[in-house]
Amino acid sequence: MSNKKGRFGGFGGQYVPETLMQALYDLEAAYESSKADAAFQSELNALLNGYAGRPSPLYFAANLTRELGGARVYLKREDMNHTGSHKINNVLGQALLAKRMGKTRIIAETGAGQHGVAAATAAALLGLECEVYMGEEDTRRQALNVYRMRLLGAKVNAVTSGTKTLKDAVNEAMREWSNSVATTHYCLGSVMGPHPFPTIVRDYQAVISREAREQILAAEGRLPSAVVACVGGGSNAIGMFWHFIGDGGVRLIGCEAAGRGVDTGEHAATIARGEVGIFHGMKSYFVQDEHGQIAPVYSISAGLDYPGIGPEHARLHETGRAEYVPVTDAEAVDTFSFLSRAEGIIPAIESAHAVAYARKLVPGMSADEAVIICLSGRGDKDVAAIARHTGEELYE
Amino acid sequence: MNNKSKITAAFSGKKCFAAYLMAGDPSLAKTREYIAALAEGGADIIEIGIPFSDPIAEGEVIQAANLRAKDSGATLDAIFALTADVSREVAAPLVLMGYLNPVFRYGYERFFKRCAECAVSGVIIPDLPFEESAELRPFADEHGVDLITLVAPTSAERIAKAVRDSRGYVYLVSSMGVTGARSEITTDLKPLVAEIRRNTDTPVAVGFGIHSPEQAAKMRALADGVIVGSAIVDIIARGGGSAAAELTRYVRSMTAETQYN
Repeated sequence: MSNKKGRFGGFGGQYVPETLMQALYDLEAAYESSKADAAFQSELNALLNGYAGRPSPLYFAANLTRELGGARVYLKREDMNHTGSHKINNVLGQALLAKRMGKTRIIAETGAGQHGVAAATAAALLGLECEVYMGEEDTRRQALNVYRMRLLGAKVNAVTSGTKTLKDAVNEAMREWSNSVATTHYCLGSVMGPHPFPTIVRDYQAVISREAREQILAAEGRLPSAVVACVGGGSNAIGMFWHFIGDGGVRLIGCEAAGRGVDTGEHAATIARGEVGIFHGMKSYFVQDEHGQIAPVYSISAGLDYPGIGPEHARLHETGRAEYVPVTDAEAVDTFSFLSRAEGIIPAIESAHAVAYARKLVPGMSADEAVIICLSGRGDKDVAAIARHTGEELYE
Repeated sequence: MNNKSKITAAFSGKKCFAAYLMAGDPSLAKTREYIAALAEGGADIIEIGIPFSDPIAEGEVIQAANLRAKDSGATLDAIFALTADVSREVAAPLVLMGYLNPVFRYGYERFFKRCAECAVSGVIIPDLPFEESAELRPFADEHGVDLITLVAPTSAERIAKAVRDSRGYVYLVSSMGVTGARSEITTDLKPLVAEIRRNTDTPVAVGFGIHSPEQAAKMRALADGVIVGSAIVDIIARGGGSAAAELTRYVRSMTAETQYN
C-alpha cells in the first residue's frame, strides 16, 4: 500500500528536520538492499526462530470459546516470544540493519518498556551500545522493565519534558538522533514516524499474520471472520492485519485505548477522537486541539498511551478496510484477570484491550466462525501496577 | 535569483543579524516590546517563534519557551495581530518560525494569505524538508512570502536540490543536534557555504549554538548573516517582564562585533 515516497494514500511522508533526512535515505537504501541479500535474510530468520522462538503458537482458547459462547477463539501467542512481546520481531531486523550500516549504537523510545527491553536485548546479543528514552511517568509505572533494560546493559534515560510519557520519549529520541546520527541508528518501535520506518516495521511485524494465516487454515480449514489487535502506534496490529488485508471477508479490528472514556478527555483514542495532522515525521491522525497543539493523552496502558497512530492504519481507517474501536481502562483491567482465570494466560494490559473487545464481539458470532486475537505481550510487567490500580499495595 | 523580497533586500550590501524570540513568552504584549528592543539593538531580521507542544528540534531553553508561550494565548491569529502591529513600529522584516502541525491545521492557503496581510515576510518550518515542501510552496509563492530552506551539516549532496528554490535566506544549521548555546561550533562550515553558493544567490545565514560576539564574528566572516535564538530566549526567561534593556544591550554587543569583520 505504500508508494516510493512512503505514502499510504495521503498519509505518511517524511516531515523531519533536515539534519535527519540523509539518515532516512541511508536507512531506506540499507533496508532495500537487505531484502535481496540472502545472507542477511537467513541470519534474521535464524535469530527469529532460534533466539526469539518463532513461530509463535496459534492457540485455540477452548475455555474462552466456551465462556463467550460464539465464534471459536484463537490467540496468536506473541507473548511467548523471547522478551515477552511482538517487539522482538522488529528489533532483531533493525539491529541487523544497524550493523549493516556500520552503526555501533542504537537508541529507542519505549512506553511500556517492551520495545526498550527488546532493543536492549538485541543490542546485548549483537554487541551494540543501547540507550533507551522512556517517559518518567512510565519509568514509575513499569519499574520492572527499567531494571530489566539496565540488566541487559542499556542506559535508560527518564524523560521529564512534556507529559513525561511515550510521546515525549519519541521527541527526546529524535532530538538525540539528530545529534548522533553518524554513529547511531534510531530503532523505532512502531509503525510510525517518517518513511521508511512505517514500512520497515510493518514488514518485520508481518511475520505475525504470515504465520497466523497458515496456522488458522491448518486448524480450521478456513479463514477467520475477524482478527483483533490493540493499537497504540499500531505495530502488532499491522503485523496481525497485513496478510489478511487481501482477504475481504476477514474483518480487521484495532482496539484503541479509551482510558477513562472517549468523552472524558482522558483517553488515547486517536481514530475515535483525533484529527488529521502532521507530527513525529508523519501525516496521520493525532489527538490535538483546534490550534494543532498535540493533546496530552491518557491510558492505564503505557504502551497505548500515544496521541497518534501509524499512517498505514490511518489509510486503512479512511478506506474502511479496518475498523478501530475504543476500549476503556476498566474493560481492560477486568479482562486482565478474566483471561488469567479463564485460560491461565496473563495478558499484557495492552493486549487485554484486544481481548476485552473480543469479549463483546464473539458472543454475537456463530459457532462455525473463528476469531484470532493478537496476544501481543505477556502481563508479568503489569501485575504490580494492576494490583495497585485495584487497591492492593504491591510493589515489585 | 531575482527575488526582490524585503528579506533579500535586508542583506543587500550588508551582513545581517537575525534575532529569534518566542511569541507569547512571557506574554504577547511583552513580545511586542521585546521585538522593538531587539530592533533597537540593531537586529536586521526578527524571527518570531510560533509555540508548539512538542518542539522536536529544540534544546531545553527553547523547549521551555514553547511551553510557557503555548499557555499565554499565542495562537496564530493572535500572532498575526502582533506582527501587523509591530510592523508599524519596526522596519526589520518579520519571519515566523514554527512547527508544521499548527500551520497545517490553520490551513496552508489561509496561513500564507494572513502572512502577506500581516507583514510577515518569511516562514521557517523546521520539520519540513524540501521533499515535503511542495504542499506549501505554491501558497507561499502566491502570497509573496519567503519559505526559508534549512541546510544541515548532514545535507551533503542534497544541498543542490534543497537550495534550488530557496527564498529569503538559506538557514544553515551550524551543528548536529538541537538548538541551544554551544561553547564551540565544530562543524567545518566553509565547504557547506561554498556548496550553497555554487547553487544559489540566496544569502546564507548561520544559526544554532551561536551566543557570543566572538562566535558571531566568526560566523559572519564566512556567511551573509548570523541567527541567534536560545541566547535571546534565555535573557527573556531570566528577565521575565523586564528584559528589554538587556536585549538591546546584548544585540548591540553581537552586532557591534560583527561590523568590524
